[in-house]
Amino acid sequence: MIPAYLLLLLPLLGILYFGLLGHKEDVGKQNIRFNGVTLLLSLWLAVNVFLSGTILSADQYFIVDSFNVYLIVLTAFVGFTTSIFSAPYMAHEQEIGKLTANRLRLYYSMYQGFMFAMYLVLTTNNMGIMWVAMEAATLATVLLVSLYRTPESIEAAWKYFILCGVGIAQALFGTILLYYAAIQISDVDNALTWSVLYENAKLLDPEILEIAFVFMLIGYGTKIGLVPLHNWLPDAHSEGPTPMSAVLSGLLLNDALYAVVRNKMLIDGATDSHIAGYLMMGFGMLSFLVAAFFLHRQKDIKRLFSYSSIEHMGLMTFAFGIGTPFATFAALLHMTVHSLTKSAIFVTVGHAAQISGTQSIEKIRGLIKTQPQVGWGLLIGTLAIAGFPPFGVFASEFLVLLATMQSYPWLAPFLLLGIGIACAGLFRNIQPMVYGEKPEGQQAVQANLWPVMIHLAIVLWLGLAMPDFLADWFTQATILISGSAPL
Amino acid sequence: MNVLFAIIQTLLFIALAPLLAGWVKWCKCHLQNRRAPSLLQPYRDLIKLTHKQPVVSKDASWLFIIAPYIIFSTTALAVSVVPLLAVDLPTASSADVIVLVGFLAFARFFLVLAGLDVGTAFGGMGSSREMTISAMAEPAMLMAVFTLTMTASTTNLSFAIDHVLQEGLVLRPSFIFSLSALMLVAVAETGRIPVDNPATHLELTMIHEAMILEYSGRHLALIEWASQLKLMLYGVLIANIFFPWGIAETFSLSVLGYGLLAIMGKLALLVVVLAISETLLAKMRLFRVQEFLSFAYLLGLLGMLSHIILEAAH
Amino acid sequence: MGIENLDHYSQIILSLAALVMLSSFIMLAQGRLLRLVFVFAVQGFMLVSATAIAAYSFNNPHLYISAAITLALKVIFIPWMLRRHILKLNMHRDVEALNNKTAIMMGGASLVVFSYYVLHPIMQNSSMVLLNALSLSLAVILLGMLLMISHHQAIAHVVGFMSIENGLFFAATVSTNGMPMVVELGVAFDVLVAAVLFGIFFLHINSSIDSLDVDKMNRLNEVDQ
Repeated sequence: MIPAYLLLLLPLLGILYFGLLGHKEDVGKQNIRFNGVTLLLSLWLAVNVFLSGTILSADQYFIVDSFNVYLIVLTAFVGFTTSIFSAPYMAHEQEIGKLTANRLRLYYSMYQGFMFAMYLVLTTNNMGIMWVAMEAATLATVLLVSLYRTPESIEAAWKYFILCGVGIAQALFGTILLYYAAIQISDVDNALTWSVLYENAKLLDPEILEIAFVFMLIGYGTKIGLVPLHNWLPDAHSEGPTPMSAVLSGLLLNDALYAVVRNKMLIDGATDSHIAGYLMMGFGMLSFLVAAFFLHRQKDIKRLFSYSSIEHMGLMTFAFGIGTPFATFAALLHMTVHSLTKSAIFVTVGHAAQISGTQSIEKIRGLIKTQPQVGWGLLIGTLAIAGFPPFGVFASEFLVLLATMQSYPWLAPFLLLGIGIACAGLFRNIQPMVYGEKPEGQQAVQANLWPVMIHLAIVLWLGLAMPDFLADWFTQATILISGSAPL
Repeated sequence: MNVLFAIIQTLLFIALAPLLAGWVKWCKCHLQNRRAPSLLQPYRDLIKLTHKQPVVSKDASWLFIIAPYIIFSTTALAVSVVPLLAVDLPTASSADVIVLVGFLAFARFFLVLAGLDVGTAFGGMGSSREMTISAMAEPAMLMAVFTLTMTASTTNLSFAIDHVLQEGLVLRPSFIFSLSALMLVAVAETGRIPVDNPATHLELTMIHEAMILEYSGRHLALIEWASQLKLMLYGVLIANIFFPWGIAETFSLSVLGYGLLAIMGKLALLVVVLAISETLLAKMRLFRVQEFLSFAYLLGLLGMLSHIILEAAH
Repeated sequence: MGIENLDHYSQIILSLAALVMLSSFIMLAQGRLLRLVFVFAVQGFMLVSATAIAAYSFNNPHLYISAAITLALKVIFIPWMLRRHILKLNMHRDVEALNNKTAIMMGGASLVVFSYYVLHPIMQNSSMVLLNALSLSLAVILLGMLLMISHHQAIAHVVGFMSIENGLFFAATVSTNGMPMVVELGVAFDVLVAAVLFGIFFLHINSSIDSLDVDKMNRLNEVDQ
């Protein structure tokens, strides 16, 4: 349990450190160091869980099992690589005058604050604390979205704040209903403890739980970005600084989905009516299709990829909703590869925007000729996210398709349609940006593209030949969530 | 014997109404730092008016002359239905809330026609405004009163008040809503600020006064008295439905005397509240009266919903 | 059993719950921001009294602490902060012209009926007070959202958001005797931070578009220019 406590303590210290000392010169490197140590702690925790199974803290406030430990490692890893990218990027932004030193201080301290909130969501065993941490994650990033203080970014941050705030209030109501159902069967002290509730799920009143789940799906679903509650997502992800977009797209959406799945596990234990699954499938499919169509209308490159995030989160929700072990395995794999690929894409997009000075798709041209690393990175990243083999996204989408054909074959054509439309939407916008002649006066920027290459390499590796220990990891998580192994 | 009591109660009601009007004026004057006329001044005004000769326009029809008598007698009949002192009177048990509302509507109908009768512009304006307001106020009043009747399972006012009295002090959300609704409706129906200013002399701002502009002499006395009766009627309704303690349930003299003191005390308090609100608020523009009354309707609706959902035994 | 069979404390709690819902309706009708904030403070105060009475009658001392936190936050700090912003940004002279108040009110009444309908399956096997309070608190939540939809001043949005939190707090206290203390503290902390952030946001929005009308924040959209 010690690594878990340290994992939470370190970002907390980071908030204080950067709040006080964030105006120094080497603040970017300090951020990388904080995140690096956190990554090592998370790996240590993962090894512990791998060797000894689920770890429960003594006061039952924290739980680390096979489902959340790999998400913790993923969060730490993407946080680390994004901090590597963000150090020179934010320094450049400060040089060209878009940010002041004070705002950078806020940025770094809230970066750590955001990581802390996410680790808290992932490790807590108490459904109430899970809610508090989700709201804290929103609050930590609200000021970061409006960091550039342009009218557009303030509007985006306001929309984010209000929509996510109201949405998450619904999730609190769902949690209250869950608590009410729980105190009927157990005493007050551990009525919100997930592990206790999971063991006794059969005793909970199914009607109350169904109503509670609807509220929680709407609440946490707003944070996942399910249509029709997604309106904040394209704005918030496109107006904030690029490292923020990478982290929000890659990590926060995953955490919200994790919260929904934890609740789904409870309600599946209490009732046989599959209503949680059907709701998730419905909203997931809707998000997937709507976002695929929206991809074609985008004029801003970051908005384009935000809609791609909505689409993939919809696909994951759909897969978790199907609920069979096969689909759950596919969804877990997809969470990983989407996170890695999307953050890599946002890194290259950030550099592309810096190169051409604008985020508008029509004005970005000739990336490969200007800085081949950025251009090729963007192209390969888009190939990966669109689901081309041999990348990992292809593997997970293929598995989702197989799972759909096994259980609900009539939905498979919609999936294929959505994938095809999304692919077309992405490529018609990317192709003019990366190929072609470079415009006058466009120059390469200083860029550290190691994070991109590492991420894409991992995604490729997962697609071609998943190592055994990772497959075992996913299998254990699948057994936990859906009750049996996939194959 | 009970019939005698019923007649005495009605006459007492009619006799006390100008005193209530005088008390309203006294409170408002003192709140506005003016010297108030004596409490008995409305009586002197009514007597003065009856001595004067009524002047009737040559364009007026028989309706103009008959209307004051009809208005007064219908309002007096309405008053006899409402328990003032005692709950168990024969007239009270022969008519219910819906008949009460019907009586008031009947009186209003003739008042409106009288306003239209002479053919002046102001009369027509007052009549149309009065009909607009009452079209929205009546459903609100019915909603508010229905809540009471659903609680008591009867539309008969005296049985309903008796039921509420028997239960002791029960704090019901539905009663809170109906009380607010009925107070708002009472303000609208009796023509007080913020719906209508009874003391205005500007014809374009009048609603009730505009309809009776052409009246004089004993006709005007009857109509004035009827509107004072209406104010007292609403006051007694609010006081006795929602705060019925003190009302007489038997017919001994001491209990009746106590009942009289109780109702006078409650009415005095209600009038103080009315005077304070009249002093603090300004008259609303006519198109805002619609919002005011739909808010009253909403309160009545919420009261009924509260009753059905919150309070009724399932 | 009807309401007359309940003890007096339960009747008072139910009546306060109904008054809290009434205050939500009154907030819907307000055009002036200072009055809106005042009614919000009154709503918070009624909530605090209901919590205190519930603490007394159910013998649950930690509800006193919740009541004290809510008093400090929702009745004193947040209305004070909003009032300061309204006066500083000179918004107390603006009147929000709501043109379809009646429709909004009727919509609000149907939301109340809807919230009872949603929670009806739970109500059947439980005590009357606690579960009616739950439906009323869901109604307050939905009415808070209606407030946010119908007003276009940013401060009205914040008041609506806080009244949603009021409804949630009421649901937690009266129906489940309060959440565990650590969760309550966490939620109160979140609300406090959210309130402070809203205050910062008012300054930013005002300095960027020179008004606090959210209808003017419409640069980000999907429509072809």
